[in-house]
Amino acid sequence: MKAKGIVHKYGDNVDTDVIIPARYLNTSDHKELASHCMEDIDINFVKNVKAGDIMVAHENFGCGSSREHAPIAIKASGISCVIAATFARIFYRNAINIGLPIIECREASEKIEAGDEVEIDFESGVITNITKNETYQGQAFPEFLINIINKGGLLNSLK
Amino acid sequence: MGMTMTQKILAAHAGLDEVKPGQLIMADLDFVLGNDITSPVAINEFKKAGFTDVFDKEKVTMVMDHFAPNKDIKAATQCKQCRDFCGEHSITNFYDVGEMGIEHALLPEKGLVGPGDCIIGADSHTCTYGALGAFSTGVGSTDMCAGMARGKAWFRVPSAIKFNIIGKLPKYSSAKDVILHIIGKIGVDGALYRSMEFSGDGLKNLTMEDRLCMANMAIEAGAKNGIFAVDEVTLEYIKGRFKREYKVFEADPDAEYDEVYDIDLSQIKPTVAFPHLPENAKTFDEFGDIKIDQSVIGSCTNGRIEDLRAAAEILKGRHIAKNVRCIVIPATQDIYIKAMEEGLLKIFIEAGCAVSTPTCGPCLGGYMGILAKGERSIATTNRNFVGRMGHPESEVYLASPYVAAASAVTGKISQPSEIMN
Repeated sequence: MKAKGIVHKYGDNVDTDVIIPARYLNTSDHKELASHCMEDIDINFVKNVKAGDIMVAHENFGCGSSREHAPIAIKASGISCVIAATFARIFYRNAINIGLPIIECREASEKIEAGDEVEIDFESGVITNITKNETYQGQAFPEFLINIINKGGLLNSLK
Repeated sequence: MGMTMTQKILAAHAGLDEVKPGQLIMADLDFVLGNDITSPVAINEFKKAGFTDVFDKEKVTMVMDHFAPNKDIKAATQCKQCRDFCGEHSITNFYDVGEMGIEHALLPEKGLVGPGDCIIGADSHTCTYGALGAFSTGVGSTDMCAGMARGKAWFRVPSAIKFNIIGKLPKYSSAKDVILHIIGKIGVDGALYRSMEFSGDGLKNLTMEDRLCMANMAIEAGAKNGIFAVDEVTLEYIKGRFKREYKVFEADPDAEYDEVYDIDLSQIKPTVAFPHLPENAKTFDEFGDIKIDQSVIGSCTNGRIEDLRAAAEILKGRHIAKNVRCIVIPATQDIYIKAMEEGLLKIFIEAGCAVSTPTCGPCLGGYMGILAKGERSIATTNRNFVGRMGHPESEVYLASPYVAAASAVTGKISQPSEIMN
C-alpha cells in the first residue's frame, strides 16, 4: 500500500485550530470542513491541494484540541499521508481511527521541501523523495493499522 | 518495578497486576463524555457502525457547552442531534441549556467523576479530572463512539514526569501561574505521550479548584493526562457529591519517572503566555506595556467560583478602562448562583463587565467575544493559537483571573500589585 504526491510543507506545532478553525465546527460535513482546511496559516492550501498530495511538518503536529474534524478536513482535502517528526497524541489516534495515514520520520521532516514529489510505502515505512532522489526510513505500519487504513477507519475495520 | 498512579489505574482497569510503559492495553471505562461539537461526529459513526445501545446509560454524558445556547442554525442542528440521541437512548446525564455548564467544571461539581476512575472524553481538556486522582484523557469522536458502545478503550501505557510541589503561593499568584510556568519550562510537547504526576508537601496548599486548573492544562504540554495524588482536600471535595465507589491509587515508592521537577510555589510570580503558544510564558519583568481590547474571565480552566472571587477582589469599586470589553463567564449554573449570592455579579456589572450564561463561547472563537483583525485579548482561557479567539491576525494572552481583571482596569496587561495597595 502506497501514497504518492506533491508536498505541502509546514513547521513546528501545527495546531488543530489552524488545521480547522473552531468557527467552522458548527458542521461535521467532510467537504465543508475540507474547504477551510489550513486557511489560517496557508490561505492557498485549499486552492493548490490535489488528490494524493502529501503534507510534511516538523514537531508536535496536530497539537491542541481533540477535534476529529482536523484529520477529517485533511483527509477530505485529498491529502494521502501526513509525515512529521512527532505528532500530538490525540491527533495521532484520531488520524488512524478515521483512516488518514500518518508516519513519524524526523529525517524526512527535515529534508523534504515544499513542492517535492514523495512516495511512501506503508508496509516498509520507506519514504522516497523522487525529486531529490533520496530515501528515508520511517516507522512501518503494522498489519492492523494497514487494515484500518484500507477499510477507511477503525469502525469500518471492526465490522 | 514500581508503577506510577496512572499505570496503577490503567492496570486495574485492564484486569492486570502490572503494566509497563509502552504496553498496549484494553481498559474498562467508568465514564465517557462528549460535547455539542464532538458528539455529532460520534453519533454519526455510532449509527453507521450499526450499534444499537450505549454500554451504560448513566456512564455516558453529553454536555451542550461549546456553541450553546445555540449560536446559529448549524449549531442548533448539532445540539438537536445530541438531544435526540440522548432521548432515544435514555441517557441520564444529558446537560442542555439551563442546566449545563462548561463540561470540565460541571462533571466534578456534579460528582460524576472521582478518584480511581478511568475516563475518556471527546474534548482535549478531559485531562481536568486528574485533579481528583482519576486517569482521564481526551480522545476523538471515533474513540468516544466505541467507548459509548462498548465501555472500553485501548491505551498505550504512558511513562511519567513527576512534579514535586513544595511551599505556598504568594498573594496574587495562582494555580494558573503555576501551570503556565511549568509549560514555559517544559514546552508544548514537553510531556508528549506521557503523564504529568503532581504530588508533594505543597499539595495541601492547593485547593481542588487550583488542581482542576492545573490538570486542565496538562494537554497544553502535550501530556496524555495530568494527575494529582489523592489527599484530604480530594476526599473533602467528593464528600456528598460522588455517588459511585471510589478507589485511591498511590504511586509506588519505587515508581520510575522520566524526569522529576521540584516546583516551589513560593517562587511563582504572575505569568502571561504570549501569542501564539502556551509555552511562551513570561513574567512581568520580561515585558513592557501591552495594550488590550478585551479581557475574558471564564472557561474550563478558570471559570470557577474562586476565579470569580479573585476577579471581583480586583474589580470591586473600580471600573474597567475605556475602550476595553470585559466578559465574565461563570462556568456552571451553580457557580453563577454562588456569584450572585456573594454579590460578585453586581461588582462585575458595576465595573462595566458583561456577564454571560455558562458557555465555552469565546475561548475557542465560537461566539460571545470574538476578536477583530489586529485586536488583542487577555484571557483566563487555555490556548492562544493563531485565530483561536477570532481573526487570524488577532492575539490572545493567557493569564490568571487576577491578571485578567487588573488588565481590564488599566487597559494594558497588568499585575494586581499595580493597582492594589
